Amino acid sequence: MTNELSRRSFLLQAGTGLSAAWISANWPALLSAATHAHRAGQSSAPPKFEFFTSEQAAEVEAITACIIPTNDTPGAREAGVVYFIDRGLATFAIDDQETYREGLPELQARVGEMFPGTAKFSGLKPEQQDEVLHSFDENAPATRRPRRARPGAQNFFETVRQHTIAGFLIDPDYGGNHDGVGWKVIGREREHMFAAPFGHYDKDYPGWQPAALEAEKK
Amino acid sequence: MADQPKYKTSDEVDFVIIGSGAAGGILAKELSTNGFRVVVLEQGPYLTEADFTHNEIEILAQDKLTNHPKLQPNTFRKTPDDKAKPQRAVMYGRCVGGTSVHFTANFWRFHEIDFIERSKIGAIPGTTFADWPITYADLEPYYTKVEWEIGVSGLAGASPFDPPRSKPYPMPPLPVKSSGVIFERAARKLGWHPFPAPMAILSQPRPGRSACINCGFCLAFGCEVGAKSSSLATAIRMAERTGRCEIRPNSYVHRIETDANGRAVGAVYFDEKRNTHLQKAKAVLVCANGAETPRLLLLSANKQFPNGLANSSGFVGKNLMLNSGGPVFGQFEYPLNDYKGYAVSRIFHDFYELDHDKVGFYGGGGLDARFDFTPIGFAFGGLPPDTPRWGKDFKAALAHSFDRTMEIFCHGTSLPVENNSFSLDPELKDAWGLPALRMTYKDHPDDIKLGNWMYARAHELYEAAGAKKHWGFPAGESQFAVHLLGTCRMGNDPKTSVINADHRTHDVKNLFLCDGSSLVTSGRGQPTMTIEALAFRAADRITALAKRGEIGA
Repeated sequence: MTNELSRRSFLLQAGTGLSAAWISANWPALLSAATHAHRAGQSSAPPKFEFFTSEQAAEVEAITACIIPTNDTPGAREAGVVYFIDRGLATFAIDDQETYREGLPELQARVGEMFPGTAKFSGLKPEQQDEVLHSFDENAPATRRPRRARPGAQNFFETVRQHTIAGFLIDPDYGGNHDGVGWKVIGREREHMFAAPFGHYDKDYPGWQPAALEAEKK
Repeated sequence: MADQPKYKTSDEVDFVIIGSGAAGGILAKELSTNGFRVVVLEQGPYLTEADFTHNEIEILAQDKLTNHPKLQPNTFRKTPDDKAKPQRAVMYGRCVGGTSVHFTANFWRFHEIDFIERSKIGAIPGTTFADWPITYADLEPYYTKVEWEIGVSGLAGASPFDPPRSKPYPMPPLPVKSSGVIFERAARKLGWHPFPAPMAILSQPRPGRSACINCGFCLAFGCEVGAKSSSLATAIRMAERTGRCEIRPNSYVHRIETDANGRAVGAVYFDEKRNTHLQKAKAVLVCANGAETPRLLLLSANKQFPNGLANSSGFVGKNLMLNSGGPVFGQFEYPLNDYKGYAVSRIFHDFYELDHDKVGFYGGGGLDARFDFTPIGFAFGGLPPDTPRWGKDFKAALAHSFDRTMEIFCHGTSLPVENNSFSLDPELKDAWGLPALRMTYKDHPDDIKLGNWMYARAHELYEAAGAKKHWGFPAGESQFAVHLLGTCRMGNDPKTSVINADHRTHDVKNLFLCDGSSLVTSGRGQPTMTIEALAFRAADRITALAKRGEIGA
């Protein structure tokens, strides 16, 4: 059981009104960290970074590319997720700055520890990168005991993971999901409104009829 | 907003209403229409359609439309013997229109049995299970009023289990979704009776309001085209047009003032700059929801009312009910594209009244077919449990699942237990320095048994539907609430209830309560329709009392 629902099972134990959208929206601390609701950036992929140095940005981008890789379809890189995170850390996710400030040097240290002679995470091979990230992921099937950045601190990898997913899938009007590539990957059309039929199973629906009437016809 | 009068706080208006949600909005509309001067105090901001976006972070993570856990923290404990720990325990709408702005809009009526079940089946040990002082027949005209005045889509007579009605729905059901078709076909195969879900969402336009455009950002979001029949899009606007109703947002009421005769004289609130005001009124109506209404009464304790206002019964805040149940997930071969459109298109009520002797527990409820995920939310909560959390297999599962997944939502009864309650935390304070809301809750064992029984029916339905995969999680003990019911219950006996059948508190003659707190039983899972019917009825009762000179308004 590795998904979010089972991880935070106590939230499932709620009344009927608490449907799936709310459960999944209860993103732990992370995206709700800002006390005041700063607006997320309205434009996608700004040309320069506000919080990261370009070196830090390259490291973070490499992590996001492990979380949602580019293969036959676009990944976090093409969605401009690193720009979304950078903009977020300057606005709505301002309380997460510390997690990145402390997490990135931790990551570098871990890289050096696991692959002596390599200075940067972004300089590793993809399999090596995955191995490093697994060592941070408390919820991964562990081949290595996961470690937190410091006791009680927000888990760095978990923070980047959630920020990456948000930046990949948010409505493109709100500063991530560049050009809607994230929605293309998951098969979500970008139109603002839709009309029936919506999907495979309702396209030949004949209209509602009472069960008795249907039975008579047979 | 332009037509609103501006009353002075020293001007004794006829009614001050605390809360502008499902009940407060309707009471404001009805009482101002009946000629009374009304001030509505709403703790949240006045947002309108132009403010409603599809920004998941702003809405879901930053609580733009809901109570903010940092400004208004909660504590939680299971029993009165435990020390409560800080934890988000409740979520409700905090803006003009209240929770009706962001709700799913399931709008079926309670059935006859919900009002008289205690008499039918007898006492249940460990509970305060009781009959209502009113029956379904008393409320029927008001259910009809809700459907026609605010706009509910549905098909009368489609469910053989529906209670009698005096009029059909004012508009046809919304278009069926793929989840609804799968659900309908499988349920019929199993001999059950699915029907088009009644929804407080327009299937046809009304003046100033569009029909649903199926944008897909429904639950948790405000409707940008006014198709969702929130109090904001309906009753509040009608109240404003009377020219006698002022909606005053950003007004956080924290005390009801009483005089030496034990009558309410008005509501004390913080404005946006945290200055304190007393809005005087001939009568006070509290419609602040099942958590904040009892909290306000407890915050209003004084020498004359040491246990809190209107609390001679000791039942203020007690008997909290949340409705049992939850979602079960299913995945199919071809795209459903259920992200398009509103949430729920089919439902059935074959299990509304389960036979206690057969199943071994009290309860009943319904199942519905829905999809209420947003894209980010789905990536966190909608994938099968064996999915990796990142990497190429995560991406592949996400790409495959998003358009092929649906939910069956199980919704059912909860029993009233006296210890389950809202109260004031003795230590934790909110950002205004007021005692935080403390929730105490431990599910009655029958509620958990019912949840698991319903989940089993959902899995059965997925099997009959030929789902590729289906999964869920066992019912457990609740620690978080959005349906906030029963905490200032209605009744004829002042020893075991807080308000009478007119919504008047037994103890304070010009103080009325109407919202989820008024409910005596939980119904089968979707309370807002009944809260609104109660509000329409309360408005008639209060108007009659006022016209007879019995409350001073």
